Amino acid sequence: MEYLQHRLDNGLEVLVECNPQAYTSAFGFFVRTGARDETQEVGGVSHFLEHMVFKGTPNRSAAQVNLELDEMGSSSNARTGEESTIYHASVLPEFQTPVVDLLSDLMRPSLRKEDFETEKQVIIEEIKMYDDQPPYGGYERIMAEFFGDHPLGHSVLGTVETVSALTPEGMLDYFEQRYCPSNICFAGAGNVDFEKLVEDLERCCGHWKKFAPGRSKAKAEYRKGFVSMHKPNSHQQYILQLAEGPSSEEEIRYATSVMSAIIGDDSGSRLYWEFLDSGLAESAGMGAYDYQGSGSIMTYICCAPEEAQSNLERLTRLQRQVREEGITQKELDLAKRKIESHIVLASERTNNRMFSIGSQWLCEQPYKTVAEIAATYESLTLDQINEALNAYPLDENMTLVVGPRDDLAPAP
Amino acid sequence: MEQQILHHTYDNGLTLVAQPMPWLESAAFSIAVPGGCRFDPQQQLGVANFVCEMVQRGCGAYNSREYIEALESLGVDYSSSASLYNTNFSGAMQAAQLNDALAVYADVIRRPTFPEDQLEDGRMVCFQDIAALRDDLAQRALQKVRMNFYGSTDGRSCEGLLETVESITLDNIRQFYATHYRPNGLIIACAGKLDWASLKSHVGRLFDDWEPKPEPAIELVPAAHGIDHIAHDSEQTHIAIAFPGVAYSHEDYYLNRGAIGVLSGGMSSRLFTEVREKRGLCYTVFASCNTLKDKGAVLCYAGTTNERAQETLDVIIEELQKLAGGIHEDELRRLKVQIRSGMVMQQESCRGRAGSIAGDWFHLGRVRTLDEVNEKINGLTIESINEYLADNPPCDFDIVTLGPQPLEFKANGISATPA
Repeated sequence: MEYLQHRLDNGLEVLVECNPQAYTSAFGFFVRTGARDETQEVGGVSHFLEHMVFKGTPNRSAAQVNLELDEMGSSSNARTGEESTIYHASVLPEFQTPVVDLLSDLMRPSLRKEDFETEKQVIIEEIKMYDDQPPYGGYERIMAEFFGDHPLGHSVLGTVETVSALTPEGMLDYFEQRYCPSNICFAGAGNVDFEKLVEDLERCCGHWKKFAPGRSKAKAEYRKGFVSMHKPNSHQQYILQLAEGPSSEEEIRYATSVMSAIIGDDSGSRLYWEFLDSGLAESAGMGAYDYQGSGSIMTYICCAPEEAQSNLERLTRLQRQVREEGITQKELDLAKRKIESHIVLASERTNNRMFSIGSQWLCEQPYKTVAEIAATYESLTLDQINEALNAYPLDENMTLVVGPRDDLAPAP
Repeated sequence: MEQQILHHTYDNGLTLVAQPMPWLESAAFSIAVPGGCRFDPQQQLGVANFVCEMVQRGCGAYNSREYIEALESLGVDYSSSASLYNTNFSGAMQAAQLNDALAVYADVIRRPTFPEDQLEDGRMVCFQDIAALRDDLAQRALQKVRMNFYGSTDGRSCEGLLETVESITLDNIRQFYATHYRPNGLIIACAGKLDWASLKSHVGRLFDDWEPKPEPAIELVPAAHGIDHIAHDSEQTHIAIAFPGVAYSHEDYYLNRGAIGVLSGGMSSRLFTEVREKRGLCYTVFASCNTLKDKGAVLCYAGTTNERAQETLDVIIEELQKLAGGIHEDELRRLKVQIRSGMVMQQESCRGRAGSIAGDWFHLGRVRTLDEVNEKINGLTIESINEYLADNPPCDFDIVTLGPQPLEFKANGISATPA
């Protein structure tokens, strides 16, 4: 296993973990752009652009792009989030050059008018699909409520209105501000011929124009409160909470993620024993999400409407109690075993290694090997976990309830 | 790529099947106990699922909390579920812990204590499994079409009904356990970094003194085919279609799989191209092969806004019928490389392999090696697939729509709306 890097003259970073033993290779372009980099008027443009990237370039039609991806037997996809857009493909090593060639070409899309209008319909279908799925737009709503005016509160999908109003020209404007080479990294993992890769990327991406993108990393002013969304034809009630968490620059994020596993993992956690083992809820969980400059911790419960009020109160009691009493050494030890095992299993997939490298770059973090990541978790002490608990009080939050109940109230 | 499959059937009928993957640091197991929801009595629908919950609420010397702590201290990422034929327990972990994890599961499978004070919590969890599906509109449409296609025994889903789960007693649970948890027909599949000789003797120590039991009888309810609509005030209409396919164990399986791969294999597949790429009718559309032991189905799904739902259904049916006209050389070429690449990628995951060899053993009584599958895939020709399609054109569609309005079904001169 060898970590290799190269920077093109225009600023594009190439970061690769080469493993000659691997059966496959995984590649991805990681772009530091997402909903937080949009203005309100073009809400949803990052995600729409992600779709349009597959609609062809001056060298390829949309149909050709799909054909080539399938001809390589690639497993490919793309995703857009609050602060990143990622395009990735896994292939057999023999397809390295053609897949790098294709992905690179896609990064300079044509944004043709007729493709734009057809794909707009697909995006609207995607928005409608999520409107039918729990928690029925609740995630977008609580992000907006919690982050207030901060751009992290922007919806990734946008709305039917903002997406309908988008034009190819507006998208091109956004593209030209965000997809500059210094704002993009090419990550790879697995059985990679690095020399050939650099040669191919120089050829395919070396001519990309250099310019300077910006992003405000100001810390959000997190809002607290209680909001109810009435959804009469939902069978279950959904409870979402967002509380402050560490940003991706802060070392305490490791302790926070272990704290969140101890309290909210899907098995053996405090929430598990309180809500799932007893059958008081259908699902209950917690996760820490760090962004540049800001962070959040989300708690999620889905339960029968008649249990919702008492579950809200149980949840608040549990959050206060764990902060007052702290967690135990036994809980920490079990969480470490779980995380260690999870790291080993995840690292065996080439695709996961590529994501790990790209994601570290997105947050401007230095590269860490699997062993270094495991050691960081292993070294955490009980004091550090309890410090995270006190730094980020879970019961001081924005709460959103979605479902048939319109009479729920915050826990006293 | 080398692939070694090892197996041993103990005297009591329990089979251990394993694939050493020495390049990994991890290992995984997948255990199939031959008691799935297919065996639920009509009055006790959901009992297999309830038993799966209860065997983990006290077993051997563990109470429910100690059981989960035992797994967590071994770093096992575990899961369990009842399915149609079997109840499955699976886990993945660092390789050194495999034997200890299997010992915990020997307690689950052989020595559950069924503590009375856990019964009502267990029932609540089963109620939650039922509730979880009610807000999942796509799953509801697919479940209903499966039920219509296979009949209410083989097409059922394991959660059961609120009223049957409500009435299940601890005695019912003990009875189901006593009948269906047995070594004969039980499969333990392991994959990853493992030592075959030590694994074989360890599993033998854990299980080979367990006496076999008689094969249980089953009551089969026949299918009720047709076109169905579930009225729901939703943003999208959810369309689910089922039609006859081929069982995994049947010699024509790969011919059908090839044809359906052309229909819905990748981004250049026919459904994705015609429904989503050209017309922008939906975000999700797919067709996939579904298999029982002795028969198969093709299941299709699309979710689309209500105004465009009729057009979506029409285009899908048109593509299904067009498939009978045959596939093209370039489609087959892409399909072959996709399947080959998918098989190689699966070799990176011991979890995927353990599940897959357990499934092979269940359906075939052996494991198809990569070489064998490769040979079958390479042997597919345009002529063989097109001949198969001409003889077995997609037809006899069962359709379920879920949304505000029923749709009209038009195909080959037949036109119908839900009864």
